[in-house]
Amino acid sequence: MMWINLAGFGLILLIVWWFWMYKSPNVAMQDGAIEIVVKDGVYQPSTIKIAANKDTAITFTRLDASSCSETLLIPDLEINATLPLNKKVSVSIPASLPGRYPFHCQMKMYLGELIVE
Amino acid sequence: MNTDSHKKGSGSSHKCCQTKSEQPKDTTTSSSENTKATSTGNEMSEHELIIDGASCGSCVSKIEKALLSVSGVHSAEMNFAQRTVQVKTNVDVIQLIQAVEKAGYNAKVSTSESEEEALDEKEQADWQYYKKLMRDMTLALVLGVPLMIYSLVVGEMTVNTDTERLVWLIVGLLTLGVMVFAGKHFYVGAWNSFKNHSANMDTLIALGTGTAWLYSMVVVFAPEIVPLMARHVYFEATAMIIGLINLGLALEVKARGKTSEAIKRLIGLQAKTARVIRDDKDIDIPIKDVLLNDLIRVRPGERISVDGDVVEGHTSIDESMLTGEPMPVEKSEGGQVVAGTINKSGSIVFKATRVGKDTALAQIINMVKRAQNSKPPIGRLADVISAYFVPVVMIIAVLSALVWLNFGPSPAIAYAMVSATTVLIIACPCALGLATPMSVMVGVGKAAEAGVLIRNGEALQTASKITTMVLDKTGTITQGAPKVTDIIVAGSQTEEDILQLVASLEAGSEHPLAMAIVESAADKGISPKKVTDFASLSGMGVEATLQNKKLLFGNEKLMKQQGIAIDKFVDKAQQLAAEAKTPMYFAVDAELAAVIAVADPIKSDSIEAIKRLQNNGIRVVMLTGDNRMTAKAVASMVGITDFVAEVMPEDKAKKVAEYQANGEIVGMTGDGINDAPALAHANVGFAIGTGTDVAIESADITLMRGSLHGLADAIAVSKATLTNIKQNLFGAFIYNVAGVPFAAGLLYPFFGLLLSPVIAGAAMAFSSLTVVTNANRLRFFKAKEH
Repeated sequence: MMWINLAGFGLILLIVWWFWMYKSPNVAMQDGAIEIVVKDGVYQPSTIKIAANKDTAITFTRLDASSCSETLLIPDLEINATLPLNKKVSVSIPASLPGRYPFHCQMKMYLGELIVE
Repeated sequence: MNTDSHKKGSGSSHKCCQTKSEQPKDTTTSSSENTKATSTGNEMSEHELIIDGASCGSCVSKIEKALLSVSGVHSAEMNFAQRTVQVKTNVDVIQLIQAVEKAGYNAKVSTSESEEEALDEKEQADWQYYKKLMRDMTLALVLGVPLMIYSLVVGEMTVNTDTERLVWLIVGLLTLGVMVFAGKHFYVGAWNSFKNHSANMDTLIALGTGTAWLYSMVVVFAPEIVPLMARHVYFEATAMIIGLINLGLALEVKARGKTSEAIKRLIGLQAKTARVIRDDKDIDIPIKDVLLNDLIRVRPGERISVDGDVVEGHTSIDESMLTGEPMPVEKSEGGQVVAGTINKSGSIVFKATRVGKDTALAQIINMVKRAQNSKPPIGRLADVISAYFVPVVMIIAVLSALVWLNFGPSPAIAYAMVSATTVLIIACPCALGLATPMSVMVGVGKAAEAGVLIRNGEALQTASKITTMVLDKTGTITQGAPKVTDIIVAGSQTEEDILQLVASLEAGSEHPLAMAIVESAADKGISPKKVTDFASLSGMGVEATLQNKKLLFGNEKLMKQQGIAIDKFVDKAQQLAAEAKTPMYFAVDAELAAVIAVADPIKSDSIEAIKRLQNNGIRVVMLTGDNRMTAKAVASMVGITDFVAEVMPEDKAKKVAEYQANGEIVGMTGDGINDAPALAHANVGFAIGTGTDVAIESADITLMRGSLHGLADAIAVSKATLTNIKQNLFGAFIYNVAGVPFAAGLLYPFFGLLLSPVIAGAAMAFSSLTVVTNANRLRFFKAKEH
């Protein structure tokens, strides 16, 4: 029984580490055409690094029929956009200060992060 | 001009303009590139791509070849002049773009699609998704329901004999089929999220159903490692949960469609074609091909296609669909007409001044869409919670299993598995996530129906808490257009004679009072005569000569300075001033001829609308640059006791700040131009539109019609929406807070009750549906209570 309990607590630690403590490895700075595909429950890629103080456009393509994924929100930049199915939508990111700007769907089930450096 | 070439030219230039104009004015919109048809499923559809980088004729065959090489492309025809290519295909448009890019060119989808087409496509896509979910649901329940009935009628599904093992193995494989074909999206979504170190509803469903299935398969394959009493299979739970959640999602898609009814209605106002006069001929062309300065003919009963100025004819126009104002508005030469409104009586020709995405209607649609997607601050807590929600539920599931294993009755392993599965399945992060946006969607749409444009969720929330409403006087409480109200004749002349003389005198002046007099004369068919020796006497009035008579028109000070006896009329003039009118004296050859009063009439429903605000417990304050006497008169006529007169426009913001310093939540209502600083300073700035000339960008909330009832309507809708959000959030919190411990088995020690995972699946599926349905109740809210 002790081993089962230890395994259970190990699993809890694993959950905490995997979902909260894990830091994503360095993502390469993107310039030129940046494209994010919304597919199978996630943004692909979900982390994008862009240059600070420079206007950037990110093209979103939603291939996921789930209605949750229809809305894209970047609350810290006051951006919201509707992503029609199977279409490319270009979202303008205004020149921003360095920082991390999460983006997500209306229900926060699709999660991503914009790193401005 | 050749019509065809014109049309082609207009088409391409329009596209170019649209692409530009679709760039967001601020960063909250996106430019969307559309297709002419959806490419879901295997149906053949046609796409128009715009090609960049095709510089010579040889590029044409290269691009066409590249597209035709994509399997599923039926035809690809490029128009080199327009740099467009028409593709008939049953594959994804993305694949087409990739093929063109591979060939060394850039491609994007044509922007020629209208809002209506986009909406049709969305509905089509939603319908396809709904059908898929219903198919998945049916497949899962075809297996799940009989198994469920078996477990209820026959008893527990135990594995004790070899025959039972074989039967349950077949059922297990069938369940696997259900998981693969009807629940694939949950598992793929969960795995992708997991790889991204995030977790969502898919994660919970995949873990819950996966655990139940795996446990059951262990029992089938190796019953000996499971205690005798725990040798049950739970295939019915897996199949039923997948079926019920697919059903819940399908119903949710349906219910969500209803939340966008208001935007559908607005989009439906857009005319499809316009009758343009080209080369002296009337031709019907699609709305997207209408160019600036095109002359457009509209007959009675037809819809106005784009914004413009009337150049010929007279008519009345029904603008109620945009402004909520039921009375038709008269329009003649020079009058503005707005896309989406309906021409009632006469035939007119107007010149297009705003087309495509620039029309007021397109901007309103854009603004409503943006506002519908924005979140009020009240939703932030739910956002914070939902970020941690799923992993916390997973931890609770593990803890719950451990507690059952350590302290539970026999068979502990079966109880542990059931409780962990139930915890995973009952938790519903979606209900929390949906609680706010669904209500905002319906509330903002509902407001738009009443002619109230709400900029964002924050404005919506703050509007519901306003304690003080500051109103500008001119143009807000009053009509903003002074009129002659009284002519008191002192001598033997008639009113008409007086009006003609004064109008002649004032004809050249641009002072608002002078314009009121000239307009009054024009209304009565009196035309002014030419005067000589015109002089403006600063701050006092004007003088001129007409037919050797010296005319003098101005205030009391002017008359006294010129030594004209006005004593008999001073009382009358003061009485007029007390009625919120501005009295002026008119003298001919140094003798008083008349007292003329000019007033800015109070809007017919201002009194009632202000009363509505006051009845809602809101303190109403009037600010005006006018003198105290007029201000007092207007305030008392509309039932306002708090007023501040002689306020310079720049001091209005200071006044707003003063009220805020006293702890008031201040709404400021003005015309949006000279009140801009005060509007910006207020907690919620309301801009009053005159007709449909909407100052959309200037305020938090724009009232499209001039009536102050819009204020009470806006506040009422905001309050109703906030109440709805609170109900949703409360419901979602309570559901999850109560549901999870219940599922973990909290009631078992007291009542011997342990929730079935199937019941948990049904509860999860219907909790988010409840949220959407509750939000939909707002559709029946009546904003107007007057």
